[in-house]
Amino acid sequence: MTVTTPGAGTPATQPLDGINVSVDGIEVNVPKGTLVIRVAEQLGVAVPRFCDHPLLDPVAACRMCLVEIEGQPKPQPACAITVTEGMKVRTQLTSEIADQAQKGVMEFLLINHPLDCPICDKGGECPLQNQAMANGRGETRFDGVKRTFPKPINVSAQILLDRERCVSCARCTRFAEQIAGDPFIDLLERGAKQQVGIGDDTPFDSYFSGNTIQICPVGALTSAKYRFRSRPFDLVSTPTICEHCASGCSLRTDVRRSTVLRRQAWDNPDVNEEWNCDKGRFAFGYQADGRIEHPLVRDESGELVAASWPEAIAIAAEGLKAAGSRSAVFTGGRLTVEDAYSYAKFARVVLGTDNIDFRSRTATAEEADFLAAHVAGRFDGPSYADLEAAPVVLLVDFEPEDESPIVFLRLRKASRHGVRVASIAPFASSGLTKLKGSLISAGPGQQPALIASLTDNVAASDSAQTATLLREQGSVILVGERAAQTPGTLAAVADLARTTGAKLAWIPRRAGERGALDAGALPGLLPGGRPLDNDQARVQVAGEWGIEIDQLPPVGLSLTEVVSTVHADNSALASAADPTKVERSITALLIAGVEAGDLEDPASFLMAVDSVPFVVSLEQRHSDVTQRADVVLPVAAAAEKAGAFTNWEGRTQTFGQVLRDALTMSDSRVLAMIATVAGSQFGRGDIAEIRSEFRRIGPWSGNHTHMSDVGSVDTIELSSGEALVSTWRPLLDRGVLQEGDPYLAATARPVEARLSRATADAVGATEFVVVSTDNGSIELPVTITQMPDGVIWLPTNSEGSSLRVELGIGQGSVVRLSGGAA
Amino acid sequence: MPLTPILTAHWDDEDSHTLTGYRRHGGYDMVAVTLNSNPDDVINLVKESGLRGRGGAGFPTGMKWSFVPQNDGKPHYLVVNADESEPGACKDIPLMMANPHALIEGCILASYAIRANHAFIYIRGEVPHVIRRVAAAAREAYSAGLLGKNIQGSGFDLDLVVHAGAGAYICGEETALLDSLEGRRGQPRLKPPFPAVAGLYASPTVINNVETIANIPTIVRNGADWFKQFGTEKSPGFKLFAVSGHVERPGIYEAPLGTTMRELLDYAGGVRKGHELKFWIPGGSSVPMLMPEHLDTPLTYEDMGALGTMLGTGTPMVFDETTSVVRAISRWIHFYKHESCGKCTPCREGTFWLDQILERFENGTAAETDIEKVDEICKQIAGRSFCALGDAASTPYAPALRYFREEFLAGTHTPANQLFDPVASTVFTGAMA
Ligand SMILES: Cc1cc2nc3c(=O)[nH]c(=O)nc-3n(C[C@H](O)[C@H](O)[C@H](O)COP(=O)(O)O)c2cc1C
Ligand code: SF4
Ligand code: SF4
Ligand code: SF4
Ligand code: FES
Repeated sequence: MTVTTPGAGTPATQPLDGINVSVDGIEVNVPKGTLVIRVAEQLGVAVPRFCDHPLLDPVAACRMCLVEIEGQPKPQPACAITVTEGMKVRTQLTSEIADQAQKGVMEFLLINHPLDCPICDKGGECPLQNQAMANGRGETRFDGVKRTFPKPINVSAQILLDRERCVSCARCTRFAEQIAGDPFIDLLERGAKQQVGIGDDTPFDSYFSGNTIQICPVGALTSAKYRFRSRPFDLVSTPTICEHCASGCSLRTDVRRSTVLRRQAWDNPDVNEEWNCDKGRFAFGYQADGRIEHPLVRDESGELVAASWPEAIAIAAEGLKAAGSRSAVFTGGRLTVEDAYSYAKFARVVLGTDNIDFRSRTATAEEADFLAAHVAGRFDGPSYADLEAAPVVLLVDFEPEDESPIVFLRLRKASRHGVRVASIAPFASSGLTKLKGSLISAGPGQQPALIASLTDNVAASDSAQTATLLREQGSVILVGERAAQTPGTLAAVADLARTTGAKLAWIPRRAGERGALDAGALPGLLPGGRPLDNDQARVQVAGEWGIEIDQLPPVGLSLTEVVSTVHADNSALASAADPTKVERSITALLIAGVEAGDLEDPASFLMAVDSVPFVVSLEQRHSDVTQRADVVLPVAAAAEKAGAFTNWEGRTQTFGQVLRDALTMSDSRVLAMIATVAGSQFGRGDIAEIRSEFRRIGPWSGNHTHMSDVGSVDTIELSSGEALVSTWRPLLDRGVLQEGDPYLAATARPVEARLSRATADAVGATEFVVVSTDNGSIELPVTITQMPDGVIWLPTNSEGSSLRVELGIGQGSVVRLSGGAA
Repeated sequence: MPLTPILTAHWDDEDSHTLTGYRRHGGYDMVAVTLNSNPDDVINLVKESGLRGRGGAGFPTGMKWSFVPQNDGKPHYLVVNADESEPGACKDIPLMMANPHALIEGCILASYAIRANHAFIYIRGEVPHVIRRVAAAAREAYSAGLLGKNIQGSGFDLDLVVHAGAGAYICGEETALLDSLEGRRGQPRLKPPFPAVAGLYASPTVINNVETIANIPTIVRNGADWFKQFGTEKSPGFKLFAVSGHVERPGIYEAPLGTTMRELLDYAGGVRKGHELKFWIPGGSSVPMLMPEHLDTPLTYEDMGALGTMLGTGTPMVFDETTSVVRAISRWIHFYKHESCGKCTPCREGTFWLDQILERFENGTAAETDIEKVDEICKQIAGRSFCALGDAASTPYAPALRYFREEFLAGTHTPANQLFDPVASTVFTGAMA
């Protein structure tokens, strides 16, 4: 935009196709289609408003933004009028008519407002309060009877509505309909009785419901979590990045007396715009309760007992140093970039091993291969903005609404503008329906062949269009971490991207996975995506780390390989005539943030942990791993440290320490202390040092590795009564980081099993189905769904459906089905 | 000016509402010819006639039709606004009872002109007898091959749907009507886009009043010049004037535009015997009142506008000296409060507030400052609300105050019912004595 102040002369650059308008006498040139209220904003003129929201379609309902437009007999709503050439706008600053109109509307808004500001959550940050001060009259002339409603009502377990505070701006309802695609709330009744409400049996259980609280211009919508907990002016706010998923939302975390009370979406136009999901907003109770408070060490009797930091660090350092290259490091997927980098360096420099894996889930060699070749240290993938410009976005084993909600919202925005979405999945989920997407139906195991048919452009008619569009400039393929669970899928996806020229992104679920990958927390990969077996890469990293090149270890083992190695050690020991002669290959584990229940085979993992002689666990909360560890060192939760997360785009975003007086230490600090006691050169583990070191290493500019051939994949023959499992995690489930937030949990989707009619009939599952394996069985209500026969979809880790722990199964496993009790 | 019974010519035939009755007087005669002519000719004819919409705003009908984009590949729709709900307006309902086929023939011709193959008649829900009658007429027209596929061998298809509203005045506002017709809650839509471009189901749509559409066959049959011989240059044609209130013979008087209220009063037998005119209203309740000195102003769009009021629906209401102005205004405000859709602040909150204060005037408990307060509240609504309902709610008070200030002053101490016996102004007043 070009601003011309009277007398300032004509600026050199005038956009040719812009529109010339004046606001309060200031002439500007703005793009065609700009709304008057936006022009005023750009000039710094604050036209008061309630219903206007830059990301929602205009309604012009509140009439607060009335301005005078020359030639128009009536004042006009600035939020709904687009500029025309030569338009002369006068706002309340220069027009008596506009000023009077606004004061009148403000007076009307207040006659029925309860003015309970002293007990209202919004008081102190309330657009109605603020604008009443700026654009209203000091005194009310209303002396009648105000409209009242019984207060409040629950529109969901989490969201409460005080109807008498509502100004009927329809921001919440438009958000639900236009942005989230969950129109569970709407305006009901008419006239002064108009109110927001829900259907009888349909609460506002949207994954995005919390946004309505934030955009409500009054205190009509509040959350059960925060209601009456604080006044805005008692809060200390810190800009943060959400730790829950790879979307990478900018948040604002609000603290009162060293307690996190609230999180809100923060404005980040490139990423989350102004939205976030309810998990990111409401799931932070886990940081407060059930934390490990001090170091623990195992005493002679085998009990974990409290220890001082120096004592615990000394034991950890001694044990790990003794194991050296016969140790392995598992870091989970939730670490900050800085902490992941510290583990990556600690493993190589202090322990001298490359046995490090950030993947605490099903993880395959094919995936490691894929990540090294196509993801690690590469920043040429698609961005959020690219999703909006793509001819087609193909989703492979990826359910954005559940697994990366802001990707979902951006795809929804894109699809509203005509971007096509196609999904390779077993059924059309509610998310895909909201994206107006087309389903390329695939049961477990069928993905590679279907992807190959797109690659070869021989796809069946309903997906032929996707195949064609993928070849157009700017198309995007988004592949979820679940793809690793079907052999051949990731290789096929890489092929498809290469053949069509589509941009490819891998979207893990957890916030720390992409950062850990770039930091080098995977066997064979040094920081910045450097192949460990590349000489130049070794030179660069060794130089920065101050070690000799040959001190860098050879390519090590993944988590899965470590676990099988430990079991092999155990069998060797068990069968050996003289166990003292048998040397274990793995003698120590350093484990951070790993939930056994997330792994492919939790029992086998825990048996391995049990049998490794020395285990150090860095954790926030007690877990199956801490119970088995020899040394437990408590570390800081997200709010207690500064750090950064790298989202699926490869965008690294830093955040500050929210709880500034927290006494906990980051993983990096704790590792530095161990390294110091172990006598290794490691650094102080402080954030500035790590960041500058990591930045100096930078991304790898040499050649990336190629994926090796996957070979042919066995097809599974099902016997009668059997089915293949398809599964992912709904956004809200039994995840540990959602503990302590009952209202949030109450808005989760119902736990159900999905089957085709034929599959259900074949096993007599009318209302319930019993799913069993040799490990156990579960019983769930059935939702008949159009999907391939012989397949059952189950939530991975929901109440009553913990597949790993209860059944020992995952994506693609075979289960037995039978009808349940009705 | 003499009465000009054209639409009403045969309303006293016993079978005026039937196909036979309508056909006896040339009804549907022009359909076959017209459907074989160029549709643009029909638009031009209506343009030339100068016909203005009879729904209240008086927008030129031919011009409205010509806004519909042609060859845009989208379906086009004709929607007839038969929601007649405004206090005082009672012309569309009698027309549909007495001569539904005139409306249906109008629908055929108008749909053909705008290239619509689907027409809807949206009738207010509280009048099931009217809905039944129009539906019966539509059935007759279908069986006579006047509706449906390939009408009279012309190759033109038209389906007509008679739709019952659910009882909301706001659904007479054309865009709220469209929302209602689509099955949503009736609230006015933001314009642009205008219905002619994106109306029903986001497709080009023409919305016209019942009387407007019923005029079309007469114009097609007799030509634009014939039509223009009635009325004035800016208000051509004739009108169903529905005179109600304190007159001897309330009813519908069809006369050229430009007829004066004095003439209409004469036709209606004058003000009730033994009473005198206090004030009158040219259209429905939404237009400002006039006084006896205005009786000789021609009832045209332009002359009423010059007096600061509007012709509106052309359904004058007559009030004699038994009427409490305070009570009348209070009733209207109460109506608007009850009918406000709630979408915009000035109308939703303003009518809520006005209603409380007017009730105080009616009860004799208002404060003197309330007199100006009401005026200011009305000014805060007028021209600032989302649709014309808010404007309508805000207009009656100012002229009432100008002419009858003392009644509002009295409202600060004496209940209106003590000053004006409510029974005296009713039609059954004699019976009560
Ligand atoms: C609150 C409100 C109620 C209305 N009710 C009616 C109605 O009942 N019938 C009608 O024909 N027009 C009504 N109108 C006018 C319509 O919006 C529209 O102008 C008219 O139907 C257009 O038809 P015409 O051009 O044939 O007059 C109403 C307008 C408003 C603002
Ligand atoms: S609840 Fe809030 S956001 Fe929703 S309509 Fe009312 S004031 Fe607007
Ligand atoms: S979308 Fe992901 S990053 Fe954003 S708030 Fe939700 S969990 Fe956090
Ligand atoms: S003026 Fe506003 S509240 Fe009143 S009916 Fe129109 S849109 Fe609804
Ligand atoms: S902000 Fe413009 S009408 Fe509400």
